[in-house]
Amino acid sequence: MPKVIYQSPDGARTEIDAPVGATVRNLALANGVDGIVGECGGELMCASCHVYVDEQFLERLPPVQEEEDEMLESTACERLSNSRLSCQIKMTDELDGLLVRLPEEQL
Amino acid sequence: MLRHGAVVIVGAGQAGLQTAVSLRSAGFERSVVLIGAEPGLPYEHPPLSKALLAGTAQPKDVALRPESYFDSHEVELLAGERVVAVERDMRRVLLESGAAVRYEHLVLATGAVNRRLECPGCELDGVLSLRTLAQALELRERLLDAERVAIVGAGFIGLEVAAVARAMGKQVDVFELAELPMGRVVSEPTARFFARAHRREGVHLHFNSGVRRIVGDGGRARAVETSDGDTVLADVVLVAIGIVPDDELAAVAGLPVAGGVRVDQRLLTPDPAISAIGDCARFPSPFADRPVILESVQNACDQGRAVAARVSGDDRAYTAVPWFWSDQGQLRLQIAGLTVGAQDAVVIGDPEQGRFSALCFAGGRLLGVESVGRPGDHVAARKLLARRASLSPEQARRADFDLKAYARAA
Repeated sequence: MPKVIYQSPDGARTEIDAPVGATVRNLALANGVDGIVGECGGELMCASCHVYVDEQFLERLPPVQEEEDEMLESTACERLSNSRLSCQIKMTDELDGLLVRLPEEQL
Repeated sequence: MLRHGAVVIVGAGQAGLQTAVSLRSAGFERSVVLIGAEPGLPYEHPPLSKALLAGTAQPKDVALRPESYFDSHEVELLAGERVVAVERDMRRVLLESGAAVRYEHLVLATGAVNRRLECPGCELDGVLSLRTLAQALELRERLLDAERVAIVGAGFIGLEVAAVARAMGKQVDVFELAELPMGRVVSEPTARFFARAHRREGVHLHFNSGVRRIVGDGGRARAVETSDGDTVLADVVLVAIGIVPDDELAAVAGLPVAGGVRVDQRLLTPDPAISAIGDCARFPSPFADRPVILESVQNACDQGRAVAARVSGDDRAYTAVPWFWSDQGQLRLQIAGLTVGAQDAVVIGDPEQGRFSALCFAGGRLLGVESVGRPGDHVAARKLLARRASLSPEQARRADFDLKAYARAA
């Protein structure tokens, strides 16, 4: 099973087994990883599941669609070139070892 | 056994759970007790009328937190426990099971119950309501077997379910007393757009039409009889005619209620040891000219956060910008602000293409924006409203008006 690694702003890492198809947002909530809020339920109505994706994985992700792009304009922490909403990242075998850094704030 | 919580939260919906979560993330170290009338873990509500009903999400997908969260964060969850009384002089709540829980601060997050349809036949088997996870699962089961679905009420829930049922290939009839759908909450251009869209998908919309009686056969619903005297066959009848805030505990405890528990802008009742939040609370909003109840995930969560912040020492008025959404088939309606009472709606974009926003004004002031297929307008509207930036209908009517650019410059 692929793994996803969450890195909190203080550098602490949490590694989670990620069933293929599960989203990075849902995995965080289901495993009690703090730092992802995901208030709207993964519906692209808020930007509180913002993550910074490690550069080496960026190209393996599906491109940002319009709704995600617009929502990323309202993140609590600065949007960077590797910003994504984790509700839009579904785990695949190719994403094994995916490292996402969590922002200081989500709201 | 006498339990005790520094903070006791009655109601384990989105507002109640958020209060507990925010207390812990703010570093609140004292005891937190969360009491929910339903069994099981607190869950997300939006999927109940969308993905869960469509079968693309399962009950396990909608839990807001895993069971382990409550242990690891020391939130005592009493699920399946009904609170029957608040004894303010003793600062405790009584549970149906006979136990008492003492509080230092009490948060009422009791939510709402669905308004009942009072007509002959309303007790028949197959007449359903949708608010809880259990009700959503029952509705899903019934829809699978049904051929014809009647929905009473063309609000968000009614229309979301209509779209799901239609996508399942059912014959769908929707009965609405008003002349437009979602009339209580959206402007006329938006309401008309959605009426057209649902009709195009084959939903039968009946406006200015109430249900006089539900006709049964062997105890099961078989048809609805409308106020016009028509009889329309239905195997399932969903009643979706709005909610009644659950303010009974507060009322019996002598707290002021007026269609919801009355609270001030800090979400406090006149008893400084009791707050009320979410679907049960009527509060003064800077976005409305009278106290309102806002039934939304945003409001539930933001109010939970606000109360948790106050209890943790960060005391300020609740002023969050309201936002909502509704997924109806392939269409998504996004609303920022409160557009009820708009006198003027300026439409930008192209409703024919399914991409437009209705900018709603009253007295020359922007109340809110309803968007379909224009998520950028929605995000821009939230920012404008948060900054209380001014925008006039005249500005919005200019041919080259661009809401996103305007919000950036504001």
